[in-house]
Amino acid sequence: MATPGIDEPRIASGPFSSYVLDSAFDEMFDAQRRPRPHYRALYELLLSLPVEQMRHKKQAADVSFLHQGITFTVYGRDEGTERIFPHDLLPRIITSSEWETIERGLTQRITALNLFLKDIYNEGRCLADGVVPREMVYSCKHFRRQMRGVTAPKNIYVAVMGTDLIRLPDGRFVVLEDNLRVPSGVSYMLTSRQVMKRIFPELFQYTDVRPIDHYPEALLTTLRALAPEGRGEPNIVLLTPGVFNSAYFEHTYLARQMGIELVEGRDLVVHDNVVYMRTTGGLRRVDVIYRRVDDDFIDPLAFRSDSILGVAGLFNAYRAGNVTLANALGTGVADDKALYAYVPKLIKYFLGEDPILDNVETLLLTEPAVRRHVLDHLDKFVVKAVGESGGYGMLIGPHSTAEQREEFRERIEADPRNYIAQPTLMLSRAPCFFDGKVEPRHVDLRPYILCGDKVTIVPGGLTRVALRSGSLVVNSSQGGGSKDTWVLQ
Amino acid sequence: MLSRVADSLYWMSRYLERAEHTARVLGVQLNLMLEQDPKSSDRRWLRVLASLGHTEPFPEDGDPFAVAQAHALRQITASIGFARENARQVREQISSEMWEQLNRLFHEVRRMESADLWKAQPLDFVAVIVESSHLVQGVTDSTMNHGEGWQFIQVGRFIERAAEIARLLDIYFHEFPAGQPIDSGEHMEWVGLLRSCTAFEAYCKVYTADLRPERVAEFLLLNSEFPHSVRFAADRMQHSLECINEAAASRRSPRVAKIAGRLSAGLMFTPLEEVVEGLAEFFADIQQQCARIHVAIHEVYITYSIEAAIEA
Repeated sequence: MATPGIDEPRIASGPFSSYVLDSAFDEMFDAQRRPRPHYRALYELLLSLPVEQMRHKKQAADVSFLHQGITFTVYGRDEGTERIFPHDLLPRIITSSEWETIERGLTQRITALNLFLKDIYNEGRCLADGVVPREMVYSCKHFRRQMRGVTAPKNIYVAVMGTDLIRLPDGRFVVLEDNLRVPSGVSYMLTSRQVMKRIFPELFQYTDVRPIDHYPEALLTTLRALAPEGRGEPNIVLLTPGVFNSAYFEHTYLARQMGIELVEGRDLVVHDNVVYMRTTGGLRRVDVIYRRVDDDFIDPLAFRSDSILGVAGLFNAYRAGNVTLANALGTGVADDKALYAYVPKLIKYFLGEDPILDNVETLLLTEPAVRRHVLDHLDKFVVKAVGESGGYGMLIGPHSTAEQREEFRERIEADPRNYIAQPTLMLSRAPCFFDGKVEPRHVDLRPYILCGDKVTIVPGGLTRVALRSGSLVVNSSQGGGSKDTWVLQ
Repeated sequence: MLSRVADSLYWMSRYLERAEHTARVLGVQLNLMLEQDPKSSDRRWLRVLASLGHTEPFPEDGDPFAVAQAHALRQITASIGFARENARQVREQISSEMWEQLNRLFHEVRRMESADLWKAQPLDFVAVIVESSHLVQGVTDSTMNHGEGWQFIQVGRFIERAAEIARLLDIYFHEFPAGQPIDSGEHMEWVGLLRSCTAFEAYCKVYTADLRPERVAEFLLLNSEFPHSVRFAADRMQHSLECINEAAASRRSPRVAKIAGRLSAGLMFTPLEEVVEGLAEFFADIQQQCARIHVAIHEVYITYSIEAAIEA
């Protein structure tokens, strides 16, 4: 018979003395409070390393992030403040079989969503067949009527997708939301791996972690695959809103890693429906634009006329097929949080398959009975504005004040289509390092899915962590941080 | 390279050169003020104002020293701010070391400004600017790829330098025409001019400490080896523009190199006697040519019209 403490290490020892397990799924420990096999190496390292050395590693990581200038900008304060992205030292580990399910599920999802986008901007079969109510699509803030009849190259509307997964108490990964417009965060995934390799070489030695460094190359291949036909060596550029954008660091990072030009709207001109960039050697034709500018701002002639970030005439060049925009315009209709509720049906409709990754139960507040129920129990639900992202416009019932609930009640009653409700979910927890102690915090997972000639998902993603104890909000703009994510061989 | 990036690099460098030049002129005059009587001091500060391109009407009862110092300090802080803002726009194009140095300089200036140190100890302030500017230039040369972007930085620096020195010479020779013997009071003025171009020691090595206006003009205009002479600046500018022409391979760009070549050739081949005969015209001509080169660079590389580019 095994002796406790050797074969069954006790959770309460050493740096784990204040580690709490409850109903949430714990990434490191099973229900019997034993470390899961794939976390064993990390667990033992944490027990054996002196606390001082861990602190030292933590400092080294922070300094490394600071020096590389890995920052983001928070909006809605007095001025855009640049901050270092908070980072937790301990990796989040995913087994190969878990990853295999995620990979299949996300491949299925992006395939279905691309078919859906093609359909609603062209024939509209799924609308005619009543799979999705017409008004649900047409009332969506991100539906672009200008895209009617426009076909994207190879019918790929979404070339880059960032899907947020969470793990429920029963251990299943489910989809919380999709990001189909300009998903960001991939640079944190890449740089955090580089930092970790420098700081934890011993762990990498004993763990078979799958590499992710090829993401920029995979992205470039994807973009190249979508170039307009007949453009032999396509000129690919990354379009950024400029230095004041919250993700500017990421734009410069990706452009450098891919070896492509980082351009702003004022660098591009359109002549005869062809897009050029202004270089010192004259105008140079542009074939593919990996755009990190929102739909609304991309072309003042076609969309918001007050935009100075965009390029006049770009949309016409796009419609004429002379330039590829990745992602296409109007993809936001498919990541609308109300439309999200229909994605399982869409997968069934377009692919004839059952969804591999489930959705989170979502209540549409356009139904009067449902709305009444949610309004009566606002303190139990998470309410989200359908067109927002980044954790803005959200009410977390159990953590809200009476005033906030009152404010949301009024907003919901004024515009029920604009809100959805989800039950408050117990996100899984992963161990984090806080000044000598290891404590669990809630995490999610955002893998990045690329879709060109084929679907590519680098094994990993951005694990976002709610660093405040008890908090369920992982968004970087709301005090969240990140962790390196390891997928095992 | 993107036109916008070239433009930002050019201006970053021009503004930094302007800050350094202004700081040096101010520092030299502050030093001279310690040694000389107040009467000549007023004239000197008016000259500083003119050389820094101050065009606002001078207040009736204004103190030239106060006005000139305030103007110079404003010009320095503004130039540092613009240099940093331009660098910020192209942060991914310059080395991190460059950005760090420039950013540090900017914050140092802000700190000294907010603590009013710049007025309390202007000489210290000026020294910080000149030193930091040298540091940024050194870091630039040793950490950045000497490609097209670096060449634009060179062009920005040297076009600013050529124009500044020509204007300074213009003002001095207007006040103290060449060919007249200089008295002891004037002697200090010529030392001041040379120091404003970091040229006093270098001049002495070539001509000894025997200061003659013709020789000062020759040295600051035509010397091919001294980095703060107009000729040196023009040569470097022309060389960089040729490199840019090669890198950018634009069909219209020989025009820029030609205009710059003419400035350089004028300085190389005009005999000294001819220069001295029409000094004022010569200085004015250099300033005009610099302005023309600036416009040509922008027309050819940066703000060209789409129609012109499509035809080319």
